[in-house]
Amino acid sequence: MARALATTQTTLLPPGKISVELVVNGVETKFDVAPWTTLLDALRERLDLTGTKKGCDHGQCGACTVLVDGRRINSCLTLAVMKDGAKVTTIEGLATDGALHPMQQAFIDHDAFQCGYCTPGQICSAMGLIAEGKAKTPDEIREMMSGNICRCAAYPNIVAAIQQVMGAS
Amino acid sequence: MSHDRSIPRRPGDISRREIMQGAIAIGALGYVGADAATSVAIAAEQQSPVGTPITRYIGTAISRIDGDAKVTGGAKYAAEYKVPGLVHTFVVGSTIAKGRIVRIDASEALLVEGVIAVLTHENRPRMADNDKAYKDDAAPEGAPFRPLYDGKIKFNGQPIALVLAEESEVARFAASLVRVEYEDEAHVTDLYRQRDAAFALPEPAKPRGDAAKAFGASDVRHEGEYYVPIEHHNPMEPYASTVTWDGGGKLTIYDKTQGVQNVHRYVCGVFDMKPDDVRILSPYVGGAFGSGLRPQYQVVLAVLAARALERSVRVVLTRQQMYSLGYRPAMIQKIRLGAKTDGTLDAITHDAVTATSQYEDFYRRETTWSGLLYHSANATYAHKLARLDLATSCDMRGPSAATGVYALESAMDELAVALKLDPLELRLRCYSDRAQTEGDVPFSSKNLRECYRQGAEAFGWDKRNPEPRSMRDGSDLVGWGMATGVWEALQMPITVRVVLTANGHAEVASATSDIGTGTYTIMAQVAADMLGLPLGSISVKLGDSTLPQSPLEGGSWIAASVSNGIVTTCKAIREELLRLAKKVPNSPLAKATVDEVALADGRLMSRQDASRAILIADVMRHGAVDRIEMEKSTSFANDGKHAHNTHSALFAEVKVDEQLGVVRVTRVVSAIAAGRILNAKTAHSQIMGGMVWGMGMALHEETLIDHNFGRIMNANIAEYHVPVNADVHDIKVIFVDEQDEIVNPLGVKGLGEIGIVGVPAAIANAIYHATGKRVRDLPITLDKLL
Repeated sequence: MARALATTQTTLLPPGKISVELVVNGVETKFDVAPWTTLLDALRERLDLTGTKKGCDHGQCGACTVLVDGRRINSCLTLAVMKDGAKVTTIEGLATDGALHPMQQAFIDHDAFQCGYCTPGQICSAMGLIAEGKAKTPDEIREMMSGNICRCAAYPNIVAAIQQVMGAS
Repeated sequence: MSHDRSIPRRPGDISRREIMQGAIAIGALGYVGADAATSVAIAAEQQSPVGTPITRYIGTAISRIDGDAKVTGGAKYAAEYKVPGLVHTFVVGSTIAKGRIVRIDASEALLVEGVIAVLTHENRPRMADNDKAYKDDAAPEGAPFRPLYDGKIKFNGQPIALVLAEESEVARFAASLVRVEYEDEAHVTDLYRQRDAAFALPEPAKPRGDAAKAFGASDVRHEGEYYVPIEHHNPMEPYASTVTWDGGGKLTIYDKTQGVQNVHRYVCGVFDMKPDDVRILSPYVGGAFGSGLRPQYQVVLAVLAARALERSVRVVLTRQQMYSLGYRPAMIQKIRLGAKTDGTLDAITHDAVTATSQYEDFYRRETTWSGLLYHSANATYAHKLARLDLATSCDMRGPSAATGVYALESAMDELAVALKLDPLELRLRCYSDRAQTEGDVPFSSKNLRECYRQGAEAFGWDKRNPEPRSMRDGSDLVGWGMATGVWEALQMPITVRVVLTANGHAEVASATSDIGTGTYTIMAQVAADMLGLPLGSISVKLGDSTLPQSPLEGGSWIAASVSNGIVTTCKAIREELLRLAKKVPNSPLAKATVDEVALADGRLMSRQDASRAILIADVMRHGAVDRIEMEKSTSFANDGKHAHNTHSALFAEVKVDEQLGVVRVTRVVSAIAAGRILNAKTAHSQIMGGMVWGMGMALHEETLIDHNFGRIMNANIAEYHVPVNADVHDIKVIFVDEQDEIVNPLGVKGLGEIGIVGVPAAIANAIYHATGKRVRDLPITLDKLL
């Protein structure tokens, strides 16, 4: 039985843990993490912030997009230890005092999602896109949101939601 | 194994079911037998002039009621439940396609600190040893795959070991240290190589006339062979199961699935567990598209590990590992169309060869759509199945129709060219008002003509220059193509529970799922209207195996099934309220019958005279009840006198860079006739999503196999291309009015599949119109246009 195998003597040691400090959604957070742990896994497994999604773990789908010091990044392609001292904003940090962020509300208004799995990444990416200030036209929004795959294909509604927020700001 | 099998039928069901074999498979799983009483009740509800539902929410563009949870990160998916003492895992997959494991050596992996165990076929806990136990609701004929059962390898990437560790990174690292020695056997993964070895399936539908003879005698003939490659669903959420060890061997399992009760029965069967000892939960599903109809192997691995360690366990597949699950089978289709010079069809023959595994016979009825969609006195169909050393193929959005109609509608376009006839005009000349494949019966409703008219008008089809390569936009060639789509309006027996409480709140529950389709929202809308309550006073429960019986969420049948199920149960609530209301002194409803009263604005009222009403709260107070709970089953009797289908007309514009061959789909219009639309907003999204899937099928999606190794080469979401935002431009969805008083009381027909059907052909036809090149194998990548 499998349990019998558990008594095997261990000799291969995983890398030791390093203390990391992050400001996550405005809260200073200090924790120990192995250097091979991605920022994505640190958020999901260590900090229990599962709003940030794992879709491919290879930077191919964008579901793990978060804002680090105001810039959108794929948190699966970033080791947690690389971001020591950084300010991280996840989907859980966007609503204030129980009120949805205008981007969150715009996603609901325009039905910019179906299954909801890519949605936190899309919303964080859209926030980063607006902060970058490069995309002005629908074509530019489409191009610069193409790192975030939505298999339910809510793409036109995502563009409409982003335009709504851009128009209001 | 015999390939000559008969398919069990549900009483009263006729051949329309044969179009989609899966519906029969599911119908045969214990939901057999129409509930005559309920069917009669529904018929009465529908026919009664006073029985029309008062619709305040149905049909409107209500935002998803699960929207807040999904935009805040509050919606939890299968891998996201925090469980104390959770064991993390990593799956080790085989690196050969066929053979057996000679030796599996986990000793090095076990030396890694934090590794608890490595589970293999040699040390796993006991599991069932018979095929029956592994047969789930959507299992095809054959011997289902048994994860970690023995050392036999049936496909590349097959799970052969599960590393269990205290942390996920440790499990992943240790998995790289598991050494495996195989004994290889020759494998074949190429459909074209197995084409001649394919075996014939039973006739997909009864042929009519003599298609071969009629084809030979036709004035104008077209014959073409069309290929669709293997495609993978790639839902955004990876397959995952979190099994919580509840003590005493009881398990609560958060699983990614389209059917919690299917997984429940399966887990109970495979592990010989009592129904009360297993609970499956799946409140949110990050897309599935058919890949979650059958229980996937991660749930077996997770339960094995939980039982081995008597601890809670999570198994999450990587994106790469998800390519070892099911897929849309590759298929070769041959179409022959014979027509008179006036554009009426004399002959249709549709032959298909599709792929399955060595151990199960998965197939659908690709070919019969051809005989359904257009009028022709002569039609024949043939379907062969080829065995490959791959996992079993499975349903993927619009199974059989997305592929079968692609071939037919491409062929129709080629026939139009041969006839020198506008492709839309050809469709109108071949229009069929009757379902010839189903005994030449009329449709319960078919407003396809209006789809053609409104779609063509919105697109501007009348401005099309029929000559290929005749339209340009700068350096781009412009092409306009069109096609038709069809799907079946299926419905399945379902049970719905409604609990109305005296404070004016109601809970509606069924063990269905919402895979992004909007089930939560439409359930709330229908319940609110049927109970006369504000939407905010309705709560919806689904995705829990302990809830009342629901079929799998698939085949576009949930919206029709669950919404009419809610109508049935709410009628029982109304009956009970009326019974109590009659006991109220001087009751204004003393003589009313249930069909004469409605629930609206928190009152039970006469339909004829709204002043004759009593507050629900008063009725319940007088009756001394603080809650009314009803649980009713609804089944959908089929008199066999009508075909139930949804239809669409597609119009697509492409722009093709003449030098580079790059194709952009700049405009697509889809006009849909699908009965009553329950929610204009979520329905639009469903169709739009399907249309983008059709774009992916036409231009991007292809699972590539290195046949030397029998291994998928692009098992990731960067090299398996799916449409991204920049690929999607102007999408227009039109819902054509289609009232259907026959299909079910609410006239709902379902939308999940119809959106994709026809889109690949419309795009392929537009590419022909732009370039003059007819590409008959998907996807139409730029190399095929240069």
